[in-house]
Amino acid sequence: MTMAANQPVLKVTDLKKAYGAIQAVGGVSFEVRPGEIFGVIGPNGSGKTTLFNSMLGQITPDTGKIELNGQDVTQLGPLALNRLGVGRTFQTLQVFGKMTVRDNLIVAAQEHQGTMFSRMFAPSDSDLGAKADALIDQFHIKHVADKKAGELSYGQQKLVDIAMAFMSEPDLVLLDEPCAGVNPSLVGGISTLLKDLNKTRKGSFVVIEHNMDFVMDLCHRIMVMVEGKVMAIGTPEEIRANKQVLDAYLGS
Amino acid sequence: MKKLAFLAGLLGLLACIFVPTLLKNHGIYLFTYWLIYVIATMGLNLTIGYAGQKSLGHAAFFGIGAYTVAVMMQAGYSFWLGMPLAALGCFVVGLVLGFPALRVQTIYLAFATLGFNTAVWLVMRNEEWLTGGTFGINNIARPEAFGVSLDGNLAYYYFVLAFAVVLGLLLWGLLHSPWGKAFTALRDNPIRAESLGVDIRGYTLLSFAIGAAYAGIAGGLFGSLVQFIDPAPFTVEASIMMYLMVVVGGPGYFLGPLLGAAVGVILPEWLRFAQAWYLFVFGTAVVMLMIWLPDGLLSIPDRIRAKRQSREASAARAANANQRSAEGVKA
Repeated sequence: MTMAANQPVLKVTDLKKAYGAIQAVGGVSFEVRPGEIFGVIGPNGSGKTTLFNSMLGQITPDTGKIELNGQDVTQLGPLALNRLGVGRTFQTLQVFGKMTVRDNLIVAAQEHQGTMFSRMFAPSDSDLGAKADALIDQFHIKHVADKKAGELSYGQQKLVDIAMAFMSEPDLVLLDEPCAGVNPSLVGGISTLLKDLNKTRKGSFVVIEHNMDFVMDLCHRIMVMVEGKVMAIGTPEEIRANKQVLDAYLGS
Repeated sequence: MKKLAFLAGLLGLLACIFVPTLLKNHGIYLFTYWLIYVIATMGLNLTIGYAGQKSLGHAAFFGIGAYTVAVMMQAGYSFWLGMPLAALGCFVVGLVLGFPALRVQTIYLAFATLGFNTAVWLVMRNEEWLTGGTFGINNIARPEAFGVSLDGNLAYYYFVLAFAVVLGLLLWGLLHSPWGKAFTALRDNPIRAESLGVDIRGYTLLSFAIGAAYAGIAGGLFGSLVQFIDPAPFTVEASIMMYLMVVVGGPGYFLGPLLGAAVGVILPEWLRFAQAWYLFVFGTAVVMLMIWLPDGLLSIPDRIRAKRQSREASAARAANANQRSAEGVKA
């Protein structure tokens, strides 16, 4: 049992991916522990997105291994990964514009209930209404719950987008720039929300983000990537004090 | 809004039951024709309107259904054996046609399905031993239901109406189950849907297969209505017309096919006075509709609602501003 408790949620070993002559990711290894918020930072072109897409099954790495709760998932696609408990958000807004906010949340979890055929002619909300309402409350979007998601402001849609990733109670949530395009007052709100969700749901998060204050404040550990390689992994304090990282990235 | 739609549906159903009793034979025939296209385009609305798959091959399924029932009845089998076979056959072929949709989308998918329609049409025209070729199949009988002959036009109309109502209710149930949300999610954003565990492969294939089954059933009813089929009503042109019916009615609106099929089937009759100008009038109407109502006729209530909401919102903003400036004066 202690073994299982200490087992990393996500373990990436020597991952490599090249596009032609460009080695986008050149041998990256790291672990994400249960309940951890793990940040990934690095300049543009450092391989963060390629790494992310590999972990999400969008692309298959050339070599290396990705394990989820001890299971090798390197070759699995996005659908299979989601069913195994990986949630995600996207860099750009990805809500279902013509559905209400509530339906957006329900559809985000309904496919985890039963089989396709047991869902045929099943109740419309798949008995997920209460769960959706709880997240709607937590995200302070109750006043727009019955509006179509496409009619909301950017910030509200961003909140819906993030909430959707949590509906199916995933073990691991990958957040791709959750603060991109969000106004500064909401950045703090998102940070608070993610901290709360991390405490209440015991899930692990991986966050890619350019907003340094946000990452330093939110993450338990941070990995710095430069030119497809890991430059450093450590707590925010360690990263801030790392001379090499300061020179390469945080320098200015 | 929901109550209003329900009431409109109920009134529409009552109209469908009573209006034909006042009509002459040709009118009843036209109503039956319309209902058959309603059934076919209900299926196409699922494929295009709800699941977002651009299909230009729907008339092929309509044809497969018609020929299946006709050939079976010619061979001496009952309509009641031919019809399920038509639906099942179209479901399976529809499933197969769904596979290109897993690789290509939008206009490319439209062309793939168009190619399929052409191939099916050629089989209908060339395989004389099975389909009668360009001579078609004659004297297709009207079926019996529960020992009642459906030879009369009004009797057959009610028979088709029963099919339309049952198939409509089934589709309504399906769309208001989790499947409806999954189809909509697939249409709005397939990549996001997949990341949430929606099996987009499965739902894409099923949207084609179910849509095709509806067309197959409609085709079977069509054969018995006109009692003579040849390949002409199952061309690519017919598929384009069905697509147009869905778009005109309002893709993704449940009652869209009722209006769309009316525009496609009944409007040409009303425009007969225009004679040679008919296609010109029809074409112009479609162009204008696409410019001003790209989401179809049934998007009108939504548009009015949206306009009212934005008017109310700006009125509220103006009132707020006035109040603030008034308070400013007081201070």
